[in-house]
Amino acid sequence: MNWQFFVEVLVSGLLAGIMYSLVALGFVLIYKASGVFNFAQGAMVFFAALTFVSLVERGMNFWIAVVVTLAVMVVVGIAIERLVLRPLVNQPQITLFMATIGLTFVLEGLAQLLWGSQPHGLELGIPDVPIQWLADNANINISQFDVFAGLIAGALVAGLAVFFQTTRIGRALRAVADDHQAALAVGIPLRQIWAIVWAVAGFVALVAGLMWGARNGVQFALTFIALKALPVLILGGFESVAGAIVGGLIIGASEKLAEVYLGPYVGGGIESWFPYVLALAFLLIRPEGLFGERRIERV
Amino acid sequence: MFRRSRPANAHGFPMPAAPAAKTDVASYLSVNNIEVIYDHVILVLKGVSLQVEEGSIVALLGANGAGKTTTLKAISNLLRAERGDVTKGTIEFMGQRVDQRTPNELVRMGVCQVMEGRHCFQHLTVEENLLTGAFTRSISRADLKADLELVYTYFPRLKERRGSQSGYTSGGEQQMTAIGRALMARPKMILLDEPSMGLAPQLVEEIFEIVRDLNTKERVSFLLAEQNTMVALRFADYGYILENGRVVMDGAAQDLAQNEDVKEFYLGLSTAGRKSFRDVKHYRRRKRWLA
Ligand SMILES: Nc1ncnc2c1ncn2[C@@H]1O[C@H](COP(=O)(O)OP(=O)(O)O)[C@@H](O)[C@H]1O
Ligand SMILES: [Mg+2]
Repeated sequence: MNWQFFVEVLVSGLLAGIMYSLVALGFVLIYKASGVFNFAQGAMVFFAALTFVSLVERGMNFWIAVVVTLAVMVVVGIAIERLVLRPLVNQPQITLFMATIGLTFVLEGLAQLLWGSQPHGLELGIPDVPIQWLADNANINISQFDVFAGLIAGALVAGLAVFFQTTRIGRALRAVADDHQAALAVGIPLRQIWAIVWAVAGFVALVAGLMWGARNGVQFALTFIALKALPVLILGGFESVAGAIVGGLIIGASEKLAEVYLGPYVGGGIESWFPYVLALAFLLIRPEGLFGERRIERV
Repeated sequence: MFRRSRPANAHGFPMPAAPAAKTDVASYLSVNNIEVIYDHVILVLKGVSLQVEEGSIVALLGANGAGKTTTLKAISNLLRAERGDVTKGTIEFMGQRVDQRTPNELVRMGVCQVMEGRHCFQHLTVEENLLTGAFTRSISRADLKADLELVYTYFPRLKERRGSQSGYTSGGEQQMTAIGRALMARPKMILLDEPSMGLAPQLVEEIFEIVRDLNTKERVSFLLAEQNTMVALRFADYGYILENGRVVMDGAAQDLAQNEDVKEFYLGLSTAGRKSFRDVKHYRRRKRWLA
C-alpha cells in the first residue's frame, strides 16, 4: 500500500467530513434548543446557496451578496419559527417533524420560483487544484479548495463554540436546551431564544451552501446533503455539537477509505450507502450517539 | 459537613422600593379569588385568595395535589406553559394587575419562582446556573461578579462547587443553586415551591435558616409551598392551608401550629393523607418540550 495515496484519501475524506459536520450542526442547534428535528435544513442550505449565486450573477458584489443572503436567511429562520412552529407549540413532536417536511417543499419551491431551476456554478475564487508545495515535497495531492473549506468550517464551529460558552445569549441557549420550564422561570423569553437559534441555523446553512455549492454546483441535488447529515447525526448524537463535528469527520473519512479500499471487491459505489451501515451498526451499540448527552440521573 | 458562615453585614441587594403610588390595595402581593383550569376542562383552583405583606414569609400548606404549585404558577404565570389558565379572579403585585404578564415581565418586576424539584440546568455549571438568573438584567461584569459573591456569602458551599456540572451536585446543593439563581434576578419576592422535598432534616433546617436570613437581611419576601407543615410554620409569619383547590384555613403561623385540627391532619396523619393523592400525579411525567 502506498502511504501517500492513503493520506490523500484520508485527508480528502476528513475535509469532506467537516462539510457534513457543517450541515449536521444546523440540525443539532435547532434540535437542542427546541426539540424539533428540522427536516428542512437541507432545503435551507439550497435556498441560501441559490439566493447567493443568483445575486452574484445579477452583478452584486461578492461580500454584499454574502451580507444580503445572510439577512435573508435570518429572516427566513425567524419567519419559520413564527409562522410554522409557534402555532404548533405544545403539539406532539411528530406533528412538528411533519411540518418541517412540508416546509422543505415550500422552501425548495420558493427558491426555484424566485431564481429559476437551472443549475449554477459558484466560484469562490479558490481553485480546486492540489497544493503545489505538498505535491512537490511529499508527493501528496490535496485540494486547495478542500483545505479552504475545512478551515472555514472549522472557524465557524469554533466561533459558535465561543458564542455558546461565553456569551449571555449563548448561556441562555444552553439553559433553554436543558430545561424549558426553568428557563422560563428565570425570565428567559423562550420565543426570542428560538428565533435566535433559527437565525443561527440560517447562517450555518448559508456557509454550508456556499461550500457545497462551490464544490458540486448549486443545483437541486444540494437538498440531498441533508441525507448525508443523517448518519452523522446518528453517530454523533442529535444533541451534541462536538458529536456533529467528530461524527462528520468519521463519516467523511470512512466513506472515502471504504470506497477506495473495499470498493473494488464489491464493485464500487460503496460511498453512498456505507455511512448508513456504519451509523446503523453504531446505533445498535450506542443509541444515544458518540457524544449524545446522557440524561444525568441524580437527585 | 456543611457549614454556613453568616455574612457580617448584608449589602448589595437594595431594599425593595416602596410602591410608588400607594393604591387602596394594602398588600404587597394579593391573590383575589382565582380559579385555574388546566387543558380547558380540569378545574383545579376553585377560588383561592391570599395576601403576602412586604417583607414577610408566608407558607402555603396542604397535601400533595391540593393546588399549591398551581397557585404559585398562577402568580409567576408559568401556568401557560402547562396549558393552565386563570379564568376568574385577579392577581396584584405592588398595586398592579399582573395576571396577564409573561414570566419574563414578572421576573423584571421582581417576582421569581423557584420550582418544585429545583430544576437546575443540569449540564451547566453551578456558576453558569447562577448567571442565567441575571438574564433579565443588563448589568456590567463587575456588578454581576459582585452579585455572585453575595450569593456565595449565603451559600459558601456553592462557591466550592462553582465549576461542577449542576446535574452532578447533591440535592441540597441543587436546592441552593436554584435559590441562588433566583437571587441573581434581584427579586423582591421569591415563590419557593417545596424546598424541603427529598432533603435530610438537617439540610432542610439549613435551607430554611438561609431563607430567613435572606428575608431579614435582603428584605426578600417569600411565599413558600410546603408539605412539611411544622418546619414551614416555624419559619413563616403567616400560613394558608389549601385543600382541594380551596383555602380551608389561614392564620398567624404560631396560631396554626397550635391548632388542634392542623396538628391532627398535617402532623399526626400527614402520611396517610398524602398517600391517597399520590396516584393523581402521574401526568407530570408526560414530558413537554415546549412552553
Ligand atoms: N399540567 C396539569 N394538567 C392537568 N392537571 C394538573 C396539571 N398540574 C396539576 N394538575 C392538577 O392540579 C391538582 C393540584 O396540583 P398541584 O398544584 O401540583 O398540587 P400541589 O403542588 O399542592 O401538590 C392536582 O391534583 C392535579 O390533578
Ligand atoms: Mg406541588
